[in-house]
Amino acid sequence: MTAHTKPLPPKSFDQQGDVPDAVRVASAMEGFLSEFGPRASSYLNACVRCGLCAEACHFHLATGEAKYTPIHKIKPFEKAYGQLQGPFSWIKRAFGIAPTVSIAELREWEELIFDSCTLCGRCTMVCPMGIDIAELVKEARHGMFQAGLLPDRLAQIAGNAKTKHSPFGAPADFVEAIQAIEAEFSIRLPLDKPKADLLLTLAPGDLDEHHQSVVGLARILDSLGIDWTLSSVAFEATNFGYLSGDTQLQGELTCRLIDKAREIGAATILLPECGHAWGALRWEAARWYGAPIDDIRIMHTLELLAERIQAGDIRLRPVGESATFHDPCQQIRRGGLGWAPRVVLKTLGMELRELENTQETSFCCGGGGGVLANTRAAPLRLQAFEIKRKEVEATGATHFVTSCGQCRLQFDRSRKETDWDKEVESLLELVAANMITD
Amino acid sequence: MGVIELLEGSLWTLSVCIFVVFGLWRIFVILTAGRSPTQARPVGSPRGGAVRAIFGHFLPRRAFLGQGRVWFVTIAGYAFHIGLFALLFFAAPHVAFLRDHILGFDWPALPRWGFIIAAQFAFTGLLALWVRRFVDPVVRLISRPDDHIAAGLTFLVMLTGCMALGEQSVTLRGIHLGFVEAWLIYFPFSSLMHTFTWPLSRGFTGALAGRRGTRM
Repeated sequence: MTAHTKPLPPKSFDQQGDVPDAVRVASAMEGFLSEFGPRASSYLNACVRCGLCAEACHFHLATGEAKYTPIHKIKPFEKAYGQLQGPFSWIKRAFGIAPTVSIAELREWEELIFDSCTLCGRCTMVCPMGIDIAELVKEARHGMFQAGLLPDRLAQIAGNAKTKHSPFGAPADFVEAIQAIEAEFSIRLPLDKPKADLLLTLAPGDLDEHHQSVVGLARILDSLGIDWTLSSVAFEATNFGYLSGDTQLQGELTCRLIDKAREIGAATILLPECGHAWGALRWEAARWYGAPIDDIRIMHTLELLAERIQAGDIRLRPVGESATFHDPCQQIRRGGLGWAPRVVLKTLGMELRELENTQETSFCCGGGGGVLANTRAAPLRLQAFEIKRKEVEATGATHFVTSCGQCRLQFDRSRKETDWDKEVESLLELVAANMITD
Repeated sequence: MGVIELLEGSLWTLSVCIFVVFGLWRIFVILTAGRSPTQARPVGSPRGGAVRAIFGHFLPRRAFLGQGRVWFVTIAGYAFHIGLFALLFFAAPHVAFLRDHILGFDWPALPRWGFIIAAQFAFTGLLALWVRRFVDPVVRLISRPDDHIAAGLTFLVMLTGCMALGEQSVTLRGIHLGFVEAWLIYFPFSSLMHTFTWPLSRGFTGALAGRRGTRM
C-alpha cells in the first residue's frame, strides 16, 4: 500500500548553530539593541500606527498581504526596546507587564525581516512621522544574526565573506577571475600595485556575469590617465555584514578597504555599480574609525562618470534614443546620487522618459538588501518585480538602464522567469561603449 | 472636600505634574538612548535636511497622491488635529480656564458656531481614523491596545467637553475635568506623545538625508 502524505508547507525560517531556544532569544534581545541610539528611539516613540508605510512597500502592494506592512516587520525589535530600553521599561518590568519575545515569534519574523524587506526606505517617504523603517529593520537584523536566525543562503554568503575573503571566493579565485577577463578581452587589469592613486573595488556580480562592466571601467580609468589598481586582498565592494546584521563582519570588510587604500597611498576608493556598497562604505565607514574618513574619497562609479563628463574629461557619442532609468535605492533615495545618472544620460543624447515613480520615490527592484542572495525569497521577488516591469513598459522607452549590478541581476532573473524581452543595460557599459577616445 | 474640589484642586495638580514630569522624562530618555555612531563627511547640510523633513512631511509626496488610503488618512488626520487644536485653545471655557489658572491673559475665543464646526471636524476625523483601525486589515494588524485606549480617551474628553459646553451643570463639568485628568495622566506613557515626538523623528531622518544630499 502506498502511503499518501500531504506535502510539507515550505519552511519559512532557517537557523544556524545548535543552541537552546532560550539562548537564541536572549542573544536576539541583546543584538536588537546593540546599535541603538536616539534616532531609532525617536522613531519607536513617534509611530502612530497609521499604516501608510504599507502604501509604499512593493512587497505589500504586490501581494496585498497585511503582514508585509513595514512597521509590522520590526515587531520583535520594538518589543525588545519596550522591555529593555524604553522610557518606562523599568516600570513595566517591575509590574511584570513588559513585552516579551518568544522563539516562535523570532522564527516567524525571520521572513519579514530578511525576505520581505530590501532596506529600500520607500516607506519613509510616505510616513507622516518620517520614520526610517529600513534603518530599524537593519538594526533588527543585528538581533536575528546574534540569534542565528538568518536565511541559510544569506548566512552562507556572509560566511564566505568572513572565511574566504569574499562571497565570490578567496584571493586566489579573484586573481584567476581577473586573469580570465584579461585574456577574454585582451586588456590589462593592474593588480596589487604597491602604490596607486585609486583603489578599484568590484562586486561578485561583476566577476561572475558583468565582465563588460569591469572592462568598461578599466578603459574609462585608463583613458582618464588615472593611476589605479585592484587588490587581491581588498577587492570586495559588497558588504554582507551590512546585509546580514553581522556588525563585526561589516566592520572588518569596511576596514579592509580603507586600510588597504591607506597602505598604497590611494586618495580614492572607487566603488562599482553597486547599491549597498555605497551605503556601507561611504555612509557608514566612519563609525569603525570613530572619525570621518577625510583622507580618502569614497567615490561611486556614478559620481566618477558624471563629474568627469561635466569636466569634459569624458566625451561621448550621442546615442539619440529614448531611455528610462531605474534609480537604485541605496544610490539615489538613500545615497544622494540622483543627479548623476541624469547628467550621464543627457550627455549620451538620450531622451529620458522617467518612470512613474522616480528618484527618491522610485520603487525598489525587489532584490536589494540581501533579498536577491536569499533564494528562499525568489517567488516574492518576482511579484515585486511586476511593479517595475509595468512602469518600464508604460514609458515605451527603447533602453532600460540602471547603475546597480544587483538590480540588473534581479531584473535579468525575473525577466527570464516572466519571458519579458526588455534587457536592462548598465549605465557604465553604455558610457564605455560610447566614449570618444583620441 | 467634595469631588469637584478634588478634581479642580489636588487631582488637577497631580495630573498636570505627571503629564509634565513623565513627558519630559520620555523625551530625555529618547535623546539619551544608546549612542550615535560617528557620521560620514557630509555632502549637504544635516540641519537644512532636518528642517526640510520637519516641514516636508506635513503633506504626502506627489508619488503617493494616487492612493486612496493616503488621502483618507491625510484628510481625516488634518480634520481631527485642526479641530482638536481649535477646541483646545479657542473654546471659550478653555480660554477662560487658561487665563484664570495658568497664563493670566486671554485671546478671542471661538463663537458658538465656530466651536460646533471645530467639534464636527475633530469628531469626524477621530472616528474615521478609529473605525479604520477595526476595518482596514493593515491597520487592524498593527494597532496596539494603546492606540485604542488613546483614541477612546480622546473621544471621551471631547464628548464630555461638548456636554459641558453650556457650563450649566457642575456635574458635567466635573466629568469632563475627570476625563481630561485621566487623559493627561495617560498621555506621557502612550502614543499620544507623538504630539511632541514627531519633530524628533522627522528631524533625525531629515538630518541623515541632508548629510547624504538627498531628501527623505
